[in-house]
Amino acid sequence: MEDYILSMEHITKVYPNGFVANRDVSLSVRKGEVHALSGENGAGKSTLMKVLFGEEQPEEGKIFFEGKEIHPEDSISAIKMGIGMVHQHFMLVESLTVAENIVLGMEPGRFGCFNKREAFRRAGEIIEKYKFTIDPRERVGNLAVGDKQKVEILKALYRGAKLLILDEPTAVLTPQETEELFVQIRRLQEQGHTLIFISHKLREIKQICEHITVLRGGRTVGEAKVSDVTEQEISRMMVGRDVMLEIEKPPAKPAGTVLQVRSLPLSDRPDGPTASFDIRAGEILGVAGVEGNGQSELAESLAGLRPVERGQVRINGKDIKGLSVRKIRELGLSHISEDRMSYGCAADANIEENLFSTTIYQKKYSHFGLLRKKLLDRRTDELIKEYKIKCAEKKEPVRMLSGGNIQKVVVAREFSGEPALILANQPTRGIDVGATEFIRKKLVDLRSNGAAVLLISADLNEVLEVSDSLLVLNSGGVSAYFPDASAVSEDLLGEYMLGLRQMTAGEIGGAVHETKA
Amino acid sequence: MKQKHKDRPLPTNRQIETRFTLIRTLTAAVIALAGCLVLILVVSEEPWEAFSAFLFGPLESARNIATVFETAAPLVYAGLAVSVMFSCNQFNMAGEGALYIGGLVASAVAVKLSLPVVVHPILALLLGGAAGAVVCFIPGLLKVKLGATEVVSSLMLNYIVLYLGVYILNYFLIDPAAGFPATERLPETAQLSTLIPRTHFHVGTILAFVLCAVVYLYLYRSKQGYAIRMVGQNEKFAKYSGIGVGGTILSAQLAGGFLAGMGGASEILGSYTRFQWVALPGFGFDGVIVATLAGNNPLLVPLGALFLGYLRCGADIMSRRSDVATEVLSIVQGTIILLVASKLFLQRVKHKYIVSVAEKREALQASASVPQPEGGESNA
Amino acid sequence: MPDILRSIFSVDFVYSALRLTTPVLFAALGSLVADRAGVINIGLEGIMLFSALTGVLGSAYSGSLLVGMLCGLVTGMFIALIMAYFSLQMKADIVLTGVAMNLVATGGTVFILYSICGDKSVSTSLSSLVFPTLEIPIIKDIPVLGDILSGHNLLTYLSLVAVVAVWFFLEKSKPGLRIRAVGENDHAAGSVGIHVRRVRYGALLLSGALASFGGMFLSMGMLTYFSKNMTAGRGYIALAAQALGNGSAVGTFFASLVFGCAEALSVSLQGVGLPPQFVQMVPYVATVLGLVLYAALRKRSKKTVRKHKRRKRGSQ
Repeated sequence: MEDYILSMEHITKVYPNGFVANRDVSLSVRKGEVHALSGENGAGKSTLMKVLFGEEQPEEGKIFFEGKEIHPEDSISAIKMGIGMVHQHFMLVESLTVAENIVLGMEPGRFGCFNKREAFRRAGEIIEKYKFTIDPRERVGNLAVGDKQKVEILKALYRGAKLLILDEPTAVLTPQETEELFVQIRRLQEQGHTLIFISHKLREIKQICEHITVLRGGRTVGEAKVSDVTEQEISRMMVGRDVMLEIEKPPAKPAGTVLQVRSLPLSDRPDGPTASFDIRAGEILGVAGVEGNGQSELAESLAGLRPVERGQVRINGKDIKGLSVRKIRELGLSHISEDRMSYGCAADANIEENLFSTTIYQKKYSHFGLLRKKLLDRRTDELIKEYKIKCAEKKEPVRMLSGGNIQKVVVAREFSGEPALILANQPTRGIDVGATEFIRKKLVDLRSNGAAVLLISADLNEVLEVSDSLLVLNSGGVSAYFPDASAVSEDLLGEYMLGLRQMTAGEIGGAVHETKA
Repeated sequence: MKQKHKDRPLPTNRQIETRFTLIRTLTAAVIALAGCLVLILVVSEEPWEAFSAFLFGPLESARNIATVFETAAPLVYAGLAVSVMFSCNQFNMAGEGALYIGGLVASAVAVKLSLPVVVHPILALLLGGAAGAVVCFIPGLLKVKLGATEVVSSLMLNYIVLYLGVYILNYFLIDPAAGFPATERLPETAQLSTLIPRTHFHVGTILAFVLCAVVYLYLYRSKQGYAIRMVGQNEKFAKYSGIGVGGTILSAQLAGGFLAGMGGASEILGSYTRFQWVALPGFGFDGVIVATLAGNNPLLVPLGALFLGYLRCGADIMSRRSDVATEVLSIVQGTIILLVASKLFLQRVKHKYIVSVAEKREALQASASVPQPEGGESNA
Repeated sequence: MPDILRSIFSVDFVYSALRLTTPVLFAALGSLVADRAGVINIGLEGIMLFSALTGVLGSAYSGSLLVGMLCGLVTGMFIALIMAYFSLQMKADIVLTGVAMNLVATGGTVFILYSICGDKSVSTSLSSLVFPTLEIPIIKDIPVLGDILSGHNLLTYLSLVAVVAVWFFLEKSKPGLRIRAVGENDHAAGSVGIHVRRVRYGALLLSGALASFGGMFLSMGMLTYFSKNMTAGRGYIALAAQALGNGSAVGTFFASLVFGCAEALSVSLQGVGLPPQFVQMVPYVATVLGLVLYAALRKRSKKTVRKHKRRKRGSQ
């Protein structure tokens, strides 16, 4: 009989909108191990951890921690029991120092006064104990991402966490930082801590974890000893079919240039690098890169959400400098935003209202100042059908849909109306396989019918599979251009993404297809 | 029970939400009235007389019923004004000042210009509305151009408008013969004619209810109304979609201000013989209550306004017949706002219901076909 | 014109500016504490109004100033508690909650007043006790300065003490640290076991307590009775003052002083033949101007800050 520190049994969680996120899920973690919790986006990992951490209350199921049944009501009670969580989105107060963040909630001092010196001492002590390298007096706002993550871990340790949940910790890290994190994880393990490592990166799981539990569609698929299974086997457990979504893609037939980008800065630094490239009709240009290397800036500049102050952007020959979003869209741009819930939709508005936000001002939809209800209703029905949006009715508020269906609403809006240029920024992030496949296919179809597509994605599979040509970004500049994306290996791409390699200006200049006059 | 419902289709989540909104609003009203009864029990010598006058007084005569409508009319205007501005997610409280200035400008048009019947009140209403539009426009402009919070600036603006109005009344429009600060008697040509004798049920009262339909069409069936609602729901989304956010906010404030100003004008021209407001009439804040009750839906505004008008009328009758002051009403109103605005009020009941429906739906699906796990961690 | 100047540059003017700063300052400090915890307390106006009334009632019926003060204080905190319950527990919009409370206060105070005194506008039939004025030894003998600084109401001095106390509380105390953490990033604070809701409850209660003194100053210091709607928008002015104070107690003090001066100006202009309506308008105009100025300055500085933010955002 092995010594389990945690076992969650038959957890079922239904969200207020009726979505069943966990159905009879079980998870058992042995004392002192690193346990991988894996599964696709939307498989129910986050929900399960929220239940464990007291942030959500399950409808059914039991949780045993260190042999006792527990009912964590909120994160506070979970922390008290010795469960610590390192969130993917850091939970730090940026204006406070490292030490203040670490001791926050358990501050030293008497009579309500905060003893800053003692806080520094204690923070220093725990930093020393686990051999972290970080200055307790630094303001958290000034730290690099990897260091912020260390503060997160230290916070949990300061509170006496025996079980640490790391929620996709490597998603935001550079490879070097990831290596450093793994060293820390080993050190924590040596000191007797147990870790749950949430990830869907198979290589990392292989490297660091002992056991793995895989979830799919809100259910437990199975548990295995990592050394007993191959990466292929794990991926088959996760997806239920091969990971690679093969997309039928006829060869590209690029025609005239649709988008011209010249010396566009991708960061706020006045002396920072810039990007120049073209996209022709009937071509998909992929943009790969570790997130935060200028992708958002690029997308916002093209979409009119960020003024083009230097450099030049032309859509179908027209300079977009100073143009409103509507004017730019009238030039033929359609835009899938990376932030679906903030920009991509109005969550409380219904499906129909979300489908026409970019076009409703057009004359054809109004009649004597009133909107043409019937026409809109009919178009909505058509789009719901064409894009296979799963909903109860067309007047259903978008927030009641699943992530994949919300994205389909966005895509239906942006892909209808024959766009000349599609700016697809993380078009399949966080959505289910079915919707992902659907959207990728649509992108390829549109490009085959003559649309120019700029595909920005953090998903390497996606950029490599879908793109015709490829641009790689690193520190706000272009580090590589590949005219043929299918000829690029993942390894090579990785090296350009991480700045280990850099193409010459001449090679990158291939991205500009200027016809010589 | 279950058998009976079996062949009826299960309600969608949207239908459940709509039902619960109604139930919540009604429950809030009942709780507020119960609280009011407790207060009356505490302060009154004859609580039951007082309470029955409050609850049933307005129904006692046809005249009282007409009075309910008449009381509700300015509340409809104010409620519509606030609904339009709130739909755009602007907590613009200048409806109060707009209503005041609308009344003042309308009475100025009435006493200073001599125009034929029909034309006279129409011009007065329109100019009153225009003045109101200007007032509500200011906090909107400060918000759009500078990001100054509209709540505080609009509340301050109300005071400024009031003092400006009193100044104009005292220095330009005053009728010394009146014996108190008031304009001359409004000429017959300008008045909105009374439709039911011995009440103030006038043309403007009808107009208020007609306007509800117009404003509904504006908000829900015009492209500008659509823009207003989208900006109100998610400004970033609106911007991303190419909707001019600033312009939309401003047009919503103009429209709201116009409605409020017109409300003030209609009130003065229909229910008063002279303009004599030297304090803010308070309708602007009532508009917030009405809009909250109506969930910013113009078609529900009359219901909210009539409810409030009924209470007000009842409180008035009560204060005349008993020792309870009308002001007890403000406690009822405050309680209703608090409860209706509370997102978690009755939430648990709703959640239970949604879960049970979801389970039934699952069961139905399971029996129909193999369940297809649908991705997306639902707001996770 | 010289008349105006003479009345502005007089000892009386500065004295009355300090006096008129008191209610706004108390409320603005209340607003500050709530704001740092991430809650906008729109209900300050109502809190002040209720406390002004219950302070008078408590002192008149008990014959004790202390009891009166406690009544006012408890009332202020009670109203804040109701606001906290609805906005934090029941998730009602905080602005609507505040507006509702102010509505309740405008009518509710009259309702209570009428039920007790049979009068709908003033409480003169009750003999309220008043906070004493203090002569400060030594300072009172200094010419000019003594006339300005000495002889104020106890609450005026208390408001100045409150500035220092609020500063110390927010910057140097454990609860203050927590309030700042909750206000800046409530998820972060919650993740380390701070009861975000409890901290906000506390901040709102403290906010109510501070504002209640502002209300009591009106009815038991400046005047000696309660009168209908006597706050006259000071709760809102305080919100503006706090915003202008840019998040610090000392800044809030200076911003409140500006509004005190505006009111003092409005008082001293009454004698110089301007239409009274314009004179009455001064504090409100000053508030709007203050808000505009603050917003304009912040917009300018934001443009530079945004660039830093963007760079950081990429790393999340």
